[in-house]
Amino acid sequence: MKSDDKKSKSVAKERLQFVLVQDRVKLTPDEMDAMRDELIEVLSKYIDVDSQKIEMDVRREDDMTALVANFPLKGSK
Amino acid sequence: MAGKTIVITSGKGGVGKTTSSANIGTALAMQGNKVCLIDADIGLRNLDVVMGLENRIVYDIVDVVENNCRLEQAMIRDKRYDGLYLLPAAQTRDKTSVTPFQMKELIEKLKEDMDYIVVDSPAGIEQGFKNAIAGADRAIIVTTPEISAVRDADRIIGLLEAEGLRDPEVIINRIRADMVERGDMMGIEDMIEILAIDLIGIVPEDEGIVVSTNRGEPIALNDNAKAGQAYRNIARRIMGEDLPMMKLEKDSFISRFKKLVGLS
Repeated sequence: MKSDDKKSKSVAKERLQFVLVQDRVKLTPDEMDAMRDELIEVLSKYIDVDSQKIEMDVRREDDMTALVANFPLKGSK
Repeated sequence: MAGKTIVITSGKGGVGKTTSSANIGTALAMQGNKVCLIDADIGLRNLDVVMGLENRIVYDIVDVVENNCRLEQAMIRDKRYDGLYLLPAAQTRDKTSVTPFQMKELIEKLKEDMDYIVVDSPAGIEQGFKNAIAGADRAIIVTTPEISAVRDADRIIGLLEAEGLRDPEVIINRIRADMVERGDMMGIEDMIEILAIDLIGIVPEDEGIVVSTNRGEPIALNDNAKAGQAYRNIARRIMGEDLPMMKLEKDSFISRFKKLVGLS
């Protein structure tokens, strides 16, 4: 799919979510990448992580802000 | 009387804080409340012109704080509604002319006599913002369906919570149903999900806002305007009523007609 096929609303939502992750955890994009790489490194010692499909999000819940990360396993569905 | 103080804030400028403050204050007064609007944007006052009261200013908030006049002398009584007042900002001073402590004191005094005090906050997160939220019991954040405005709203939520103002609510302003429909504007649910706070109202984009600002007559006074209805609903929700959110018109007859004949 070409990027201009995508509705601008979805682009806005994705970009907003990405920028809010950085704002909420107060990390620079470089630091976020470094954290992500280190997490992959540690997890890979024990399990087979599919590094292409990792999702990281920072969500605000009732009383806290939480870093929510999804590390799908290779070959899993 | 133990009035409630509501601060209207946003972070980003130009999203409709002053328009929202004027209309919420007016709509609360229309419901029979005694309301004082405070313009906390010292140096860049504008709530007076949006309310159409600019010609009646003698004293301002800094005069009150510096004891150049009594509080009642600086409060402009709006002739359209009994019980609607404006305490204007100073235009020739800066944000440091009032401290958060002085703001709190001022609000405590007003609470004795008012049902609601509506504080219009300046844009930004510096001193002016800190003054505006001092003494507030409740915060309403105004945002528009743009990344920049929602991002700033998110920042403000964090700052308000750090200052002990829990559970702020949000107004989504200038929403256009036709653009949401065709996938070119974030929808209400998208923004609420991301911000994770309660929605207190949606205000559709309405040309009538420009006209009403031109005339200095808040749109809440206009029975036929969509945006006016939206603000009257917000006022009733502030008072505790459980009203359903306004249905956004997908496409008006006129715009369908224009499309049909190729005008837009």
